[in-house]
Amino acid sequence: MNRYEAVIGLEVHVELKTDTKLFCGCSTEFGKEPNTQVCPVCLGLPGAVGVLNKKVVELATKAGLALNCAIGTYTWFDRKNYYYPDLPKGFQISQVFRPIAYQGHLDIDVNGATKRVNITRAHIEEDPGKLVHSGGSITTSRYSCVDYNRSGMPLIEIVSEPEMHSGEEAKAYLEKLKAILECIAVSDVKMEQGSLRCDANVSVRPVGTTTLGTKTEIKNMNSFRSVQYAIEYEVERQIDVLEDGGRVIQETRGWDENRGITVSMRNKENPDYRCFIEPELTPIELTEEWIEEVKASIPELPDARRKRLVEEHGLPEYDAGVITSSLALAEFFDATLKEFPDAKSISNWIMGELLRLLNARNMELSEAKITPSGLAALLKLIEKGSISNKMAKEIVEVMFVEGKEPDQIIKEKGMSQISDEGQLAQIIAEVIAKNPKSVADYQAGKKQAIGFLVGQIMKATKGQANPGLVNTMLRDKLTEEA
Amino acid sequence: MRLYNLSVFQLSELMEKKEISSEELTNAYLERISQVESGTKVFVTLSKGTALAQARDVDQKRARGEELSPLAGIPMAMDDNICTEGIKTTCASKILYNFIPPYDATVAERLKGAGAILMGKCNIDEFGMGSSTENSAFYTTQNPFDAEAAQGYISGGSAAAVSVGEAAFTLGSDTGGFIRQSAASCGVIGLKPSYGHVSRFGLISTASSLDQIGPFTQDMTDLALVLNTICGHDVKDATSASVDVPDFTKSLVNEVKGLRIGLPKEYEAGVEPQVAAKLQEAISKLEELGAICEEVAMPHTEYAAPAHYIISSAEASSNLARFDGVRHGLRVEAEDVLSMFKKTRSQGFGAEVKKRIMLGTHVLSTGNYDAYYVKALKVRSLVKQDFDRAFEKFDCLLTPTNPATAGKTGKNPNDSLAMHLSGVCTLPVNLAGLPALSLPFGMVDGMPVGLQLIARHFKEETLLRVGYTLEQSTNQTRPKPGLFLKYNIHRG
Repeated sequence: MNRYEAVIGLEVHVELKTDTKLFCGCSTEFGKEPNTQVCPVCLGLPGAVGVLNKKVVELATKAGLALNCAIGTYTWFDRKNYYYPDLPKGFQISQVFRPIAYQGHLDIDVNGATKRVNITRAHIEEDPGKLVHSGGSITTSRYSCVDYNRSGMPLIEIVSEPEMHSGEEAKAYLEKLKAILECIAVSDVKMEQGSLRCDANVSVRPVGTTTLGTKTEIKNMNSFRSVQYAIEYEVERQIDVLEDGGRVIQETRGWDENRGITVSMRNKENPDYRCFIEPELTPIELTEEWIEEVKASIPELPDARRKRLVEEHGLPEYDAGVITSSLALAEFFDATLKEFPDAKSISNWIMGELLRLLNARNMELSEAKITPSGLAALLKLIEKGSISNKMAKEIVEVMFVEGKEPDQIIKEKGMSQISDEGQLAQIIAEVIAKNPKSVADYQAGKKQAIGFLVGQIMKATKGQANPGLVNTMLRDKLTEEA
Repeated sequence: MRLYNLSVFQLSELMEKKEISSEELTNAYLERISQVESGTKVFVTLSKGTALAQARDVDQKRARGEELSPLAGIPMAMDDNICTEGIKTTCASKILYNFIPPYDATVAERLKGAGAILMGKCNIDEFGMGSSTENSAFYTTQNPFDAEAAQGYISGGSAAAVSVGEAAFTLGSDTGGFIRQSAASCGVIGLKPSYGHVSRFGLISTASSLDQIGPFTQDMTDLALVLNTICGHDVKDATSASVDVPDFTKSLVNEVKGLRIGLPKEYEAGVEPQVAAKLQEAISKLEELGAICEEVAMPHTEYAAPAHYIISSAEASSNLARFDGVRHGLRVEAEDVLSMFKKTRSQGFGAEVKKRIMLGTHVLSTGNYDAYYVKALKVRSLVKQDFDRAFEKFDCLLTPTNPATAGKTGKNPNDSLAMHLSGVCTLPVNLAGLPALSLPFGMVDGMPVGLQLIARHFKEETLLRVGYTLEQSTNQTRPKPGLFLKYNIHRG
């Protein structure tokens, strides 16, 4: 073992969040009837030429800056020529020679250590259409249809250096990338809707060597976890090939989620794309002032936020990492903190109950009805002792589903904790009167007998008695009577 | 009075005075077309129905007293690579034999807005590759002066249409000189505007960085009127320039005194003596009118043709990739997608187009890219620099349009390189994106001769001024095509 080292580079396609496509006015809305969001430009009809959507340049610049990239002040588009039915012009408009952003990096945390992954480039390009196979997959279909709604959607392709060495690192890279892009609101970054797609270049080499081995490109992963698994599988596969005296073939392989393996898709060498400058568009010229303006519009990024949560609010590193992994969680945390100043207790509730409920229902936080003020109100009630932790967990679930305020839920369910000493004294007296044996046992020194009496009190109050108060009052009463 | 022999300006006046209606005029043109079309083969598609409907619409507007453009009600036509909504646009290619665009090119939209009447779509070489229409997938348009109907003369549907009176003016596209060369050979005026001055939206691209739409007219006044309508910024075309468009009729000034006119000596290298003599005649006339004519060095001219050939083929190989049978035009069914692509393209494109696609693919391939494509781009810069230097000293340049008398396309019309070299005077202008005019200047051996004027970027006004002065000051009237003798149809 460990005679080989895996070398991994990722190519991530991110769909930018604009109202209209890259070179035409068609809507970018997801999930519409096929071929209803198309025009002569994105269908590549003869004679139709497009005009660059300025919003795309802004979002791409913002993404580049958030990924610590240098921004090119003079860049342009190129054509990448190849034939495929989903490619309406017979070429893809991309930035081959001069990407808008280059030489960036992001930091990932794996096994408690921070590691820097360099980003080669982030460039703007158009998405092709989408093939819809009649038989489910390209190999089993008699015919396929093309949906050009996606044709001309604005993408940035973010290319990392081949600097990751495990599936886990790749997953951490993707999570960090997603958190950053989400934070600056340039994309929906939803893998299941295709607004974030990842291809992995994987090779292995003997430990201690520096030459790159022959790589394979892995496609068709539909979650960060499948990226990790696909890489782990592929690394093992390549090592096995080499151990058996074979050689790795440069090819594209698809991840088969059901079987948990990668399968050869095509083993052609890279086609010759015959790239050249797109003559129908003018260069993108940016001024330093404009780039500074974009920079100023970037909000606090996940790393900075995490640092702030640790340094200013005393959260443990782990908590801060979980909360800043998603913009929604981080914003929820900050908003709650404004109304309830105990950071750790908020983080416990977010990481415990909230994430449990979200995961159980496979929901996004934005889909849940609970609000930061609701959570703050709930935490205040716990702090005052008005409700127990157990009750709070029940309440939070109702808040999560129905979005009501905790007070209202407590009232509706008659859940309020009894902390009224007069009311409790009466119940305590009744329980003492009905259980002379336990009282005698306690007074004879069997201190554990108090548990039974507390249980009887809770039973009598349907669990609503303030347990702390009950304990103190009961003990005082029994001592008093002895 | 033969209406088809009057200029746009004259016809416009007649309609303004209500002496004729647009419907009558359109019918007169339709009659003219029915008389000569079998001989000229100008049109790929005639749009008689929509033309008459448009004409009646203009007449109603005029009757209501609406303010109309000088082009309102004027019968015109355009090359078949300019998209027209609802009217077949084929690029004279089998691969687009059935393509009906769902949109108008910006120029078509502007002319429609001005009330000009579209009579039909004119024949070109397939995707504009050539200068004789011999590469059209349908038929060859005859040069109206070529009484023997010999092949190999430069001609084009839109130039011939204006020459014989099948349209009062037309629009064509110019990638390497087609507008100017065919205008010269058909004895009409042709202008390639500055790159960016006329929207390319809806022009089916051959070589996007070189293609430019421009007009063919009978005289300089008409040219100014058409330019006033078609020039100007278009938000739909990224290469369209956002510059102010002047009123071009203000440049119709009969005065060249003190104007500095450069004579690029390199352009005279392959020019036949009789053409050179006509050029000299024009120089003497301009000098007599007070212009200062001097030789100017354009040292990179000889490299312009090969560089143009490489760049135009490279861009064409990419632009024509969309004709794959998937979405529009010809589809030859096959067992799988790749075979369908191959069969469709093999059967859909003609020989010249295939040759250029192969050449373009070759020069962009890894290993050839630097040696050919990048080198051609460098030449392009040098050619531009030649012009920049010349324009430091001169207001415009004067050259022949075609180097040969009678504008033969070349000794062997199947030799595409020879054909390309016939554009030796026109190709450099496309590389530099400059405006250039070809105006008729008499005849040699029964065939018209054209002179080319080249100006600074966006300085079409200079061309109009010099062209108008020559038009007004010489007796070199627009020549009369021999075709009329052959068909026994008399002009004027």
